[in-house]
Amino acid sequence: MERKRTYIWEFPVRFTHWINFLAIILLSVTGLYIGSPFLHPRSGADYSYTMGWMRFLHYIAAYVFLMMIALRVYWAFAGNRYANWRVFFPFTRQQRHDLGDATRFYLFASKKPPYAAGHTACAGIAYLFLFVMFLWEIFSGFALYQVNDPAFFHLILGGWLLSLMNVQTIRFWHHLVLYFIWAFAILHVYIAVYLDQAEKNGLLGSIFGGYKFITGREWE
Amino acid sequence: MGKANEGTIYDSLRKRGVSRRDFMKFCSLMAATLALPSGAGRIAEALEKAKKPSLVWLEFQDCAGNTESFLRASDPTVVQIVLDILSVDYHETIMAPAGKQAEKSLDDVVKNQKGKYLVVVEGSIPLKDGGVYCTVGGKAAIDTVKEVCGGALATIAIGACAWDGGIPAANPNPTGAVGVKDAVKGITLINLPGCPANVVNLTATVVHYLTFGSLPLTDSMGRPLFAYGTRIHDGCERRAHYDAGRFVRQWGDYGHQNGWCLYEMGCKGPETYKNCPAVRWNQGTSWPVEAGHGCIGCAAPRFWDTMSPFYRRLPKVPGFGVETTADDVGIGVAAATAAAVAAHGIIRAVKHKTEEEREEK
Repeated sequence: MERKRTYIWEFPVRFTHWINFLAIILLSVTGLYIGSPFLHPRSGADYSYTMGWMRFLHYIAAYVFLMMIALRVYWAFAGNRYANWRVFFPFTRQQRHDLGDATRFYLFASKKPPYAAGHTACAGIAYLFLFVMFLWEIFSGFALYQVNDPAFFHLILGGWLLSLMNVQTIRFWHHLVLYFIWAFAILHVYIAVYLDQAEKNGLLGSIFGGYKFITGREWE
Repeated sequence: MGKANEGTIYDSLRKRGVSRRDFMKFCSLMAATLALPSGAGRIAEALEKAKKPSLVWLEFQDCAGNTESFLRASDPTVVQIVLDILSVDYHETIMAPAGKQAEKSLDDVVKNQKGKYLVVVEGSIPLKDGGVYCTVGGKAAIDTVKEVCGGALATIAIGACAWDGGIPAANPNPTGAVGVKDAVKGITLINLPGCPANVVNLTATVVHYLTFGSLPLTDSMGRPLFAYGTRIHDGCERRAHYDAGRFVRQWGDYGHQNGWCLYEMGCKGPETYKNCPAVRWNQGTSWPVEAGHGCIGCAAPRFWDTMSPFYRRLPKVPGFGVETTADDVGIGVAAATAAAVAAHGIIRAVKHKTEEEREEK
């Protein structure tokens, strides 16, 4: 079959993807420690600054993550059609059609993979949910930071949540959504590997180099 | 209590044998509590001139815990000072009269000193079914509050219950209990939440009024900033252990014996605003965290519902048993996803050939 090497994922998309990947790992590990410390000194004489470091790294990673989200939002308007904000919402008839096809394929009811040059409509919605979870983690995180260190900047970025919700409720959901993001990551990697094999279009490699090998029967 | 109204506060203190030195120590304590640099002199000057304000103390759905706190100052001099600064004309727990006589002393204050007396409210006010769940002398709490607080110079809501309903208002709130701020509108009100509130903060609020003629500045929830403006965690003497990652993990373990941080035992110091670490309790003897028990966040809004479980970092998961943590649910969600993915992969390997794969064969 004739395949055309096509540039799909531009540099900002790949860059934010991988920095987010690293930031989320760092945020998860440090966040779990802050929520429930899993390292303990062997004796009282142990000198350490464990919680101090964990919180410091958590905040640094959080700011990096925030910047990556801001960059990706900007690129949803400035980037190519595969990065555009429209792919995350099933606006067009074609997208809704693709959504049904993809769902049937994942449920083994169809043999036709959801060929897509960029995101499938199904992936678009999944990333929209992910994005909402990211926004929640940012807002709730800065709300908790506002308790720790009141500042106008933190108030803008999430401190306002404190006037709507109880601080413990915010902390609870900040913690729980971490696991939802993990569940997403498991699905994300599995489906990426699956579609890479099913469509043989270099999907896995495309997040490193940006190119996919498309056949022309993609719905978009 | 009643007779000592003549003369100024300072006069009556001297008559009771409080020395000038003890009086100045008290003024310094008040200045420190109110965070007024070099304010002791000004407070002393004001108390030398001020007459005692009449004060009535109303109790509704409460446990008298704030009254206990009020009377529990261990140093007799301070008890004298507190009782002298506040001329308590009506207080169901400690006053001498009973029955109709007692109610008369309340009526006298309300009628004869309209707009000049202070009210302390302790306990929540039930609104459900016309307020029948709390009546004193045959009168519903809500009616008493409207009448007495309405005619007062200022109202001090003391304790969690008088602030936002406290334990009577905790889920499911069978009596429709509310705090003073929700029971009567349009009154001059200051809130001193806590379970119980600290007598030092009550006295400081009154001293602030006597010195400056106004109530202290409050936050958005109506609590004075001098007492509720700083976080317990930031003033905690165990804070260094927190930063170092040294945590108590079980009651009585090595860390507990050595005064390590109570974070893992569910201490709510990191989300509670109050001056406990600075003013402490029982004349500065100790406070919960120093005594080895985590903060339960008793000065936080609706703390029975929001700060429990008291011995856990996070609230319980809604719809699950009390022992289920957010971690259990979260790991469950992630594990279920992984299991679904694995099952999908197996089905795929066994029977599902895609177009692409068939084309190649």
